Amino acid sequence: MTQPFRIDSGGLINRGKPLTFTFNGKRYTGCEGDTLASALLANGVHLTARSFKYHRPRGIVSAGPEEPCALVRVGTGARVRPNVPATMVELHDGLIAASINCWPGVNFDVGAINNAISGVLPAGFYYKTFMWPAAAWMQYERFIRKAAGLGVTPSFPDPDRYDKRNDHCDVLVIGGGPAGIAAALAAGEAGARVLLVEERAQLGGQLLFRNASIAGQPAREWLAQAESALARLAEVRVVCRATATGYYDHNLVTVLERCTDHVADPAAHLPRQRLWKVRAHRVIVAAGAIERPIVFGNNDLPGVMLAGAAQRYAAQYAVRAGQRAVVFTNNDSGYEAALALAATGVEVAALIDPRERPDCAEAVQAQGIAVMSRHAVIAAAGSKRVQRVTIAPVDATGSKLTGPMQHIACDLVCVSGGWDPAVHLYSQSGGKLVFDGEQHCFVPGAAMQPVRAAGAANGAFFVEDAIEQGRAAALNSDTAAPRRALALQPLWAAPGVPQGAKPFVDLQSDVTAADLALAAREGYVAVEHTKRYTTTGMGVDQGKTGNIIAYGLLGGLTGRTIPEVGTTTFRPPYTPVTIGALAGREIGTSFEPWRRTPVSAWHTAAGAEFEPVGLWRRPMYYPKPGEAMDDAVARECLAVRNGVGMLDASTLGKIEIRGPDALTLLNRLYTNAWNSLAIGRCRYGLMLHEDGMVFDDGVTARLGETHYLMSTTSGGADGVLGWIEDWLQCEWRDLKVHVTPVTAHWATVCVTGPHARDVLTGLASDIDFSGTAFPHMSMRQGQIAGAPARVARVSFTGELSYEIHVPARYGLALWEMLLEAGAAHGITPLGTEALHVLRAEKGFIVVGHETDGTVTPIDLGMQRLVSMNKGDFLGKRGLARADNVRKARKQLVGLLTRDAAVMVPEGSQIVAMENAGRIAQPPVPMLGHVTSSYRSPVLGRSIAMALVADGSNRMGGEVAVVTDGRVVTATLTDPCFYDRQGARLNG
Amino acid sequence: MLLIPCPWCGARPDSEFSAGGEAHLERPDPDHASDGQWGEYLYFRRNVKGVQRERWLHSHGCRRWFNVVRDTVTHEITAAYPMGESMKETGPGA
Repeated sequence: MTQPFRIDSGGLINRGKPLTFTFNGKRYTGCEGDTLASALLANGVHLTARSFKYHRPRGIVSAGPEEPCALVRVGTGARVRPNVPATMVELHDGLIAASINCWPGVNFDVGAINNAISGVLPAGFYYKTFMWPAAAWMQYERFIRKAAGLGVTPSFPDPDRYDKRNDHCDVLVIGGGPAGIAAALAAGEAGARVLLVEERAQLGGQLLFRNASIAGQPAREWLAQAESALARLAEVRVVCRATATGYYDHNLVTVLERCTDHVADPAAHLPRQRLWKVRAHRVIVAAGAIERPIVFGNNDLPGVMLAGAAQRYAAQYAVRAGQRAVVFTNNDSGYEAALALAATGVEVAALIDPRERPDCAEAVQAQGIAVMSRHAVIAAAGSKRVQRVTIAPVDATGSKLTGPMQHIACDLVCVSGGWDPAVHLYSQSGGKLVFDGEQHCFVPGAAMQPVRAAGAANGAFFVEDAIEQGRAAALNSDTAAPRRALALQPLWAAPGVPQGAKPFVDLQSDVTAADLALAAREGYVAVEHTKRYTTTGMGVDQGKTGNIIAYGLLGGLTGRTIPEVGTTTFRPPYTPVTIGALAGREIGTSFEPWRRTPVSAWHTAAGAEFEPVGLWRRPMYYPKPGEAMDDAVARECLAVRNGVGMLDASTLGKIEIRGPDALTLLNRLYTNAWNSLAIGRCRYGLMLHEDGMVFDDGVTARLGETHYLMSTTSGGADGVLGWIEDWLQCEWRDLKVHVTPVTAHWATVCVTGPHARDVLTGLASDIDFSGTAFPHMSMRQGQIAGAPARVARVSFTGELSYEIHVPARYGLALWEMLLEAGAAHGITPLGTEALHVLRAEKGFIVVGHETDGTVTPIDLGMQRLVSMNKGDFLGKRGLARADNVRKARKQLVGLLTRDAAVMVPEGSQIVAMENAGRIAQPPVPMLGHVTSSYRSPVLGRSIAMALVADGSNRMGGEVAVVTDGRVVTATLTDPCFYDRQGARLNG
Repeated sequence: MLLIPCPWCGARPDSEFSAGGEAHLERPDPDHASDGQWGEYLYFRRNVKGVQRERWLHSHGCRRWFNVVRDTVTHEITAAYPMGESMKETGPGA
């Protein structure tokens, strides 16, 4: 075992289980229980990354999820995970990891040129430099994206599986440190169903590395007892490697569980990660605290580390983070870290403290460590690792140097600027934060949801206080457990930083104190603006260590206190969540449910090309081998005009309406009058919203005295049903009527064309299809080949047409029967595209093509369908609003291009034509747009429909259609291009 | 992420529901409403900071509309009642 910085004894790693791993192509050995960070440190690897903007050498700063620098890429190929903090990667055998954001390597990185020219890359550099010309941004962006940024995402589909689960509990405890454990125990013993989630691999939190005693008992002993007590409680569940990532309304907390990321060869049946959605009656946030650094020159050098992290590496992982350390602290916790380091054989050269000498200095001095009170580290020096620090005496507030500088040689600088409770989730819950003026950090204030904070997350930094708070929170006791304060004197940045030594506030986004000062000089006051301008806190770590310093410095620069500056918003997620976990199993074919008709398999076998219509997949056309789309569509159209075609119309929306007030309902829903509709007859209707605009259309048949069958557009069926239910349940509660959606209950085949009747008479049916017995716009019920059938004689093609409805299970049989019966007539299956051409030839509208929510029936030329004297209907009053009775609204017209071969794209703009076929001088008046455009096989030319201002008065006139930079001359006509008298459907 | 108490099905996650906006809107008499009044009815809604009544549809459940009293600041739901019941008095601002 060649791990030069591994301590021979102690810690929670398993020396008997060495693990081999690769970092930047080099093989190393670590131990079971290591993180990638602790294993790298055990091997003396400190240079782990290059920084985001300046490509400066960076090392390992922390031992937790707050890590700003040591982001690595883990895994290979499709399983590569970019931007993972090495501090949270559990080591396993064969692990492969590498640095990100450096080329060709972390030791020699070409991008480091940015550091040399950093003087010209101040805050807001990109905003200021790449403003003009705007079009060139596209060019700049490519290079900027490449030079800046972090890891590269894999370019292959994710091969892993992800799960989601919903969970419910009485008490959710977030964090398995002393406060969380005490809370889970107390709640569990009181009979509550408890879920305890812990981000790391094991419970314990600070007990894993702090030399604490609890009621006279060593911390680790207390922990072992507590763990077995939790295991005995049947209603208490403990989930480790599970991070609470978001806190939402009504106590919903999302938890990301990493199931197999820590395993070398995960079992195939396990998901990689699992996203929990936990709904809890009560939540206890015991998520601990995050140590903050103090800013000084070159404070980003590898070897500059948070004091608590160095302590954790020594005590939990048995790793010396250096051989000769300097501790720089403004609070008492740094003294504990110094003692822990000394106890594991690290030489602590000095403890630097800007304060007057505190009581705890005595124990440190007793270990032979020099305590230098009223001093500060003002800079570090070294190339890829810290080699010495510069210190100087400071005044009582730490804001001025009061004496000469001196240097201390060291390879580790342990910094502690205080502790910030992990208030992220509490803040997300809506809870207020208040500034603790004694410990100089934000702590939870008034709650908005049933949530309490406990332990270090609540500003109780001493273990026994944390345990008391956990218990009190679990028992919901009114009295907050008292806590001792951590003695601290705020110091955000050291004074007198020498020229050339950059002091970093946000190590991940490469934001320096000078950048913040520049922003303040340029007038940035609001913390949210400053954040975005300087990018402070915008990295994947979301500024967990740096933000509070930015608030402190910004306050100082603008003469405000931290509470006056405030914080930026704590948004979910607390730590990054993989998109895979959010997607879960709702990917690929499970992303969205496809609806298929009973005939769908036949369409597929026939080689149909499909198109989505709502959630339906409908055949668009049926190409013969080698046939292009246009040719197939033309063939299908001509078959209908000259022979007979058949269409799978099962997607047609169908709603049954029954009850004594069914007629009243129809009269209120549709614009036309329904009183005269006889049993067995059909009528077309338009539905309006209350603003008078068309939102659906369709044919409704009267099946019985109080029984109707309404049809809707394929895409509109759900919306229409919802619309009717809304009115019936909320406004027309007196109406005695039921509506039932039956779209999927009935398969529908439309047989259309001059030979349609010949085909139907070939079926074994008791229905009389003769023209006299079964006129246009009527419906007959009977049976076809023994199956119950409803047949409507309605037409959307302008030809003689029948819509045959049979129960869905007979759909395929009906389809095949019609194919057979129609074979002699050359029956041709047609798709939606041919249907669109045929209906456009007839000038029939399609809701969503010819309408867009701003079109009234009058605009569509359907005045005759609006009965203003039948009583109230939905949209009636809306139609009478001033703008809707305005003259010269956009109206539906037909459009024939002068050159019959030219087809204008749908959506083309229509402008006025001046004399001599030229468009007007700018600003050109806009007249409207093309709503539908097709090539009509039967007419042998292009046809189009359009909405044009004052269109009905412009009939015969010419307009200009602007398309693809060309101007196309077209004549406005009636929108019906074919068989205007309707002779073909009345046979 | 609301937990919405459907009067018929009990508390269910909001993913089962559709929001219907402000409740207890009065539809003006169409024969007598001015354009202005009709415009108010069509397009204008109160934007309450605090307690408001709103319509919800249990669209992926019983498909029933009902009214909810919700605080738009805290998202606390203090009452849910079927359509047709009169407004619930639920404390200050309600």
